[in-house]
Amino acid sequence: MVHMPHPFIILLGKVVRALARLRGGGSALPGLFVERLDPQFIKKTLAQLPEGVVVISGTNGKTTTTKMVVSLLEAHGLKVFTNRTGSNFTRGVAAALLKDVDLGGHLDADVAVLELDEAHAVKFVEAVQPRHSLILNVMRDQLDRFGEIDATASLLAKLAKSSSQSVVLNREDPRVRRIALELKDQQVSYFGLSDDLLQHFPNDDDLRNQSVKTTKRPTAEVLLSTYKGDQATFTISNKKYETSLKITGVYNVFNSAAAIALAKNILGDDFDAPKTITALSQVTPAFGRGEVFIVDEQPLELVLVKNPSGFRLGLKSFPATGYATMIAINDNYADGRDMSWLWDVEFDALSKAGVATVTGIRAYDMALRLQYDEVPIADVTTDISAALRRFIVQNKTLPKRIYCTYTAMLAIRKDLRKSTNVEAVS
Amino acid sequence: MSKTIHILQLYPNEMNIYGDHGNVLVLRRRLEWHGYSPIVTEYNVGDSFPKTVDIVIGGGGQDSGQEKIHKDLLKIAPKLRALANDGVPMLVVCGLYQLFGKFFQTSKNHRLEGACILDIETFGSNERLIGNTITTTEEFGDIIGYENHSGQTKLGEDAVPLATVLKGAGNNATDGHEGARYKNVIGTYLHGSILPKNPLLADFLIETAVTHRYGAFTPKAIDDGFAEKARGVATQRPR
Repeated sequence: MVHMPHPFIILLGKVVRALARLRGGGSALPGLFVERLDPQFIKKTLAQLPEGVVVISGTNGKTTTTKMVVSLLEAHGLKVFTNRTGSNFTRGVAAALLKDVDLGGHLDADVAVLELDEAHAVKFVEAVQPRHSLILNVMRDQLDRFGEIDATASLLAKLAKSSSQSVVLNREDPRVRRIALELKDQQVSYFGLSDDLLQHFPNDDDLRNQSVKTTKRPTAEVLLSTYKGDQATFTISNKKYETSLKITGVYNVFNSAAAIALAKNILGDDFDAPKTITALSQVTPAFGRGEVFIVDEQPLELVLVKNPSGFRLGLKSFPATGYATMIAINDNYADGRDMSWLWDVEFDALSKAGVATVTGIRAYDMALRLQYDEVPIADVTTDISAALRRFIVQNKTLPKRIYCTYTAMLAIRKDLRKSTNVEAVS
Repeated sequence: MSKTIHILQLYPNEMNIYGDHGNVLVLRRRLEWHGYSPIVTEYNVGDSFPKTVDIVIGGGGQDSGQEKIHKDLLKIAPKLRALANDGVPMLVVCGLYQLFGKFFQTSKNHRLEGACILDIETFGSNERLIGNTITTTEEFGDIIGYENHSGQTKLGEDAVPLATVLKGAGNNATDGHEGARYKNVIGTYLHGSILPKNPLLADFLIETAVTHRYGAFTPKAIDDGFAEKARGVATQRPR
C-alpha cells in the first residue's frame, strides 16, 4: 500500500515555495526541502495517476517539446501535470508537485508529463517507473557534468529501458537510434525527417561534416516532411497534414514531430490526428525559448543557448540584420563551467551586423571568441544589469535579440520584469 | 604574395570534442594577423599524409573515437616522429596527447599502443579530473584552461612536464605537473580552448613554424586585451 505524503510536510513545502517565489528565487529550493523531509514524496504522489508518468529527455528542446506534448494531450481532454518552469531536475518536479497537490496529497491529474535532464532522469526512474518515454537527441552539452556524449547516451538508454510500455526515439540521431537495440519489452517508434530536410539537421557527428549521409533508417511513425517560413507538413502514419506554427527555430519544429509521436503512444486509440495538428499550431514558445518582451515599443527576444548545436541553430534560425544583438554567457553550474563549447560555434552570421553588447561572467571569453571570427563588438562588461540597461538605451529604435545561457537568462528576465516599460507578450 | 604556413589538423572527424577547432582557428587568424598565409589540411583516417607540414595540431575524442583512429595513427607515427625530431611544432590536447605517448591502458586493461613521440604512459581510471585549471611555466607564463579526463598520465625519464599545476590536477591526481614537452612538441590536457586564452603559446607554435620554414619570423602587434581579461576572470572561477 502506498501511503499519502503527510499533510504537514506538504503544507510546510507550500509555505517554503511561497516564500521562495516572494524573493523571486528559482523553483528548486522548495523541492529540495520536501525531498529532505519525505524522500518518497514524488513516488507516492505520482503513483495515483491513472495514465501514469511520461518522461522526456535529451540534450536540446526538452522544455518546448514538453510544452507541446502537454498541449496535445489537453486538446484530447486529459488533465496533465507537468514541471512547467524548465527546472528539469528531480527537485523541480517536487517543487511543481507541491504547487498542485492538495493537503491530503491528492493530485488532480490524469497523467504526468515530465522533462528531465539526462543524469536526473536516471535517478528519477529508479524511484518512479515511467509508462512512456521520449528521447530527443544527444549533443555535446555540459560535458563537464556528464563526461562524454557516449556516456550521456547510455544514461538515456537506461531511461528508455525503464519504460513499461513505449519509447519514442529520434531516427536521425545515431546515438539515439542505437538505443532501440537494447529494448526488448517496449514498443519502439521513431520520429524523423524527410531526406530533403535532413541536410539542415546535422547530428553531433555531422556537425563538422558538410555532407550528411542518408543511411538506411527505420520507418518513422511521425515525419517532418517539409518546413518553410512558419508552414510545416507532418506525415503521421503515412498521411500528410499541413499546418502553420507559432513556435520558431528549426529544432523546435523537428521536435514537434517527436511530441506528436509521444502523444500518439499515450493516447492510443483516442489519438485524433487533425485535432493534434490544430492544437500544435497554437503552441507558443516555452520560457526563455524565443520568449518575446516589448521594451520601448520594440520587441526584445530571449534565445536560450547552452550548447554548440543550440547556438548554431539559433544563429541559423534568426537573421541578424535589422536587429541589435546582445550575448550573455555565464559559467555557473547550471550553465556548464567549461567554455570550450563557444569555440564549436561559428559566429560569421553576426559579422556584418556586429554585436552591440557582450556580457555575463564569461563576457571576455565570448568577446575573445568573436574577435577570432572578426565580429565587431560595441560594448563588453561582465555586469549583466548594467549591460542590459545600456543595450536597451543605446538601441532604442531597434528590435533586439539576446542570446543567453540559462542563469544569464534568469538574471535578464528578472531585470526585465522589474522594469516598468516592459510588457511580456509570450 | 605572403609566405604560406601549412597547418595539419589530425583527425578532426573523431578528435574534436572540447572546442579543438578553436585552436586551429587561433593559429589561422594569428598567422594572418602576423602577415602569413595559413593553409589548413584536415587529416582523417585513410587520407594520404601531406608532403608539407609546418604545424601539427590534434585534439580530444571519446574513447570510441580514439579506437577508431588508433590503427591509422600507428601507420603515420613514423612520419610524425620524423617531423617532431626535425623540430616541427605540434600541439596535442587530451586524447591525442595520450596517444602521442607510449600507450593508453583502459580501465578494462585493454592496451592501445601509442605513437611514441612523447615518453608518457596513460592509465584509464574511474576518477574523472574535471575543472578550471591554472598552471605555470617559465617559457609561456601561466597557462590557463579546463581539464576533463579520466586517463592518468605518468611521465617517463625522457619527458619534461610542460607546466607546474597551481590549481587543478594536471597529468594525474598526484604528481602536480601538467602536460609534456619533447623538442617543439607540446602535449596537454588543457582545453577551453587552450590557444585563445594563452596567446604566448599560440605565438610560440607560430614563431617556431615560421622560423623552421623561412629562417626568421617578424611578428606584428596583436591586441590581446580580451584574452588578458578572459584569463583574469578564469583564474577567479570555481574549479
